[in-house]
Amino acid sequence: MRREGLDDPPGGGSGDVGSVIRADGLEVGYRDHVVWKDASFTVERGEFIALIGPNGAGKTTLFRLLLGLQRPRAGTLTVFGVRPERGNPRIGYVPQRHTIDNETNVESETLVRLGGSGARWGPGFSWRAEREAAAVALRAVGATELAHRPLGALSGGELQRIFLAEALIGNPEMLLLDEPLSNLDLRRSRELVELVHGLVQSRHVTTLLVAHDINPLIECLDKVIYVANGHVATGRPDEVLTSEGLSALYGVSVEVLHDSRNNIVIVGGENPHEGRGP
Amino acid sequence: MTDFSWNLVTDLRLMWSFHFMQNAFEAGTMIAVVAGIVGYLVVLRRSAFATHALGHGGFSGAAAAVLLGANPVYGLLVFTMGMGTGMALLGQRAANRDVEIGTLLAFTLGLGLVFLSLYKGFADEVYSLLFGEILGISDAGVVLTVEVSAVVLAGLALIARRLLFASLDEDVAEAKGLPMFGLGLAFMLMLAVAISIAVQIVGVLLIFALMVTPAAVAIRLTQRPLYAVLTSVAVALVATWVGLFVQFFSNYPASFFIVAIAFGGYLSVRIGQALAGRLSRRAAPSTPAPS
Ligand SMILES: Nc1ncnc2c1ncn2[C@@H]1O[C@H](COP(=O)(O)OP(=O)(O)OP(=O)(O)O)[C@@H](O)[C@H]1O
Ligand SMILES: [Mg+2]
Repeated sequence: MRREGLDDPPGGGSGDVGSVIRADGLEVGYRDHVVWKDASFTVERGEFIALIGPNGAGKTTLFRLLLGLQRPRAGTLTVFGVRPERGNPRIGYVPQRHTIDNETNVESETLVRLGGSGARWGPGFSWRAEREAAAVALRAVGATELAHRPLGALSGGELQRIFLAEALIGNPEMLLLDEPLSNLDLRRSRELVELVHGLVQSRHVTTLLVAHDINPLIECLDKVIYVANGHVATGRPDEVLTSEGLSALYGVSVEVLHDSRNNIVIVGGENPHEGRGP
Repeated sequence: MTDFSWNLVTDLRLMWSFHFMQNAFEAGTMIAVVAGIVGYLVVLRRSAFATHALGHGGFSGAAAAVLLGANPVYGLLVFTMGMGTGMALLGQRAANRDVEIGTLLAFTLGLGLVFLSLYKGFADEVYSLLFGEILGISDAGVVLTVEVSAVVLAGLALIARRLLFASLDEDVAEAKGLPMFGLGLAFMLMLAVAISIAVQIVGVLLIFALMVTPAAVAIRLTQRPLYAVLTSVAVALVATWVGLFVQFFSNYPASFFIVAIAFGGYLSVRIGQALAGRLSRRAAPSTPAPS
């Protein structure tokens, strides 16, 4: 098995030719346990990709790898042609966990601005350009009216839009969104998906999105990466999203139904391995 | 006991004609500024328990310094910075470290007990460490206070934005390349210094009056970090100045008035906001009209 090392392309800005992400024989884990291995896939510029897989399968871990927060144990990984390093301004990230709670009495705009300038030195008084960039990002997610509301007083869905604005403020070329739909109602998740899809199409922002409910995404996806049982695989949505494929992935029976307009709907079933009584 | 007139100018002139009062005001002002700013981060990062532990652990350091015949502030600085480093090593998520901090606190307090039992005739020093005694501060003490405050303020000016980002959104800040351990350590060291000098005014038992209450008032009044820091400093300054003034003319300890003013501020903000909330609910009926 190859180790990541000197054969990586040198760091630098101009590795844009070819795939945005290229993974080859990746293996990742924590201390003594392997989360997944033998992962080889590529992601092309401007693709909209859903990452699916059961809890604990290693989706967030894949993001940590792409962000340079963690190193693969084996294999090679390049993002924008180079080995991922922390602090890449071309990547916007919405993590699954957040530090904010309902006691955080800080206005939303501050967080969005920090997304763009939080890594700078100095005390950071408000500069005009920074405020304008924040206003643009907030408008892009339809959260202009939330700018001066305290973070602690926002609903889960409103917060998700603020986090997305925080990720968008630096005009990233790639978005990594870890369960951004988890707190949204049907309408809001459709809106957020459309919003992200719009960015993918208009600015060719490559987007990887972790989701447990794939229904709101189905129409927009270019590709699905599924992480399960210690492996990572990719496929076209219609290949992966079949009753057999998903049932195997989650270990519960899942049905994929086609409605009258040929939309597909995924319905989770009972776990066949858990013999619960009636 | 000094005579109080109802003419503020004469009073201030009288007060500042005493060298020890000039010293107290100089040191007190610096301390209030540092405590007000650092306190905002304490509230934002939910580090009140760490603050409490550093103050009490610092007490043991001060006791050790007295035992060795040194200025207690040095003992405070050494102990609080040592403990602060230990806490930073324990982990980044401040809110989840209660157990570890408590363990560390019990151990350092135990050390303090040993130092106390080794030294007889401690009563005065212990009293002023517990409740503060700024009027006794020496010229050298003022210089030391101003110097370490300047270092903390310069450090804060450099990393304020990064620290704010790391406190508000840890995972994104880490992905953006911020050194989370380094920032956590820098914060704990600044907190250690702020506490060490603030003990001179309010003592370890009343440390929250300067390190937490002013910021708690501020964070309820404004949602912008810059305004909140300014408000917090203002509250700390007013409490300190009035406390010193009243002590000079009444001989009651300044720390009591500082605690009382800070707490009074907090209470009025809470009550004011509760009343305002009630009024606005009455003004705007809770059932919105269908559009
Ligand atoms: N810091 C860590 N130390 C040790 N093990 C970890 C750590 N973080 C994650 N793991 C383990 O790695 C595995 C993958 O975790 P990861 O967070 O990537 O899962 P996930 O697919 O994002 O799950 P979820 O859908 O619940 O978010 C899990 O078994 C988890 O217990
Ligand atoms: Mg996850």
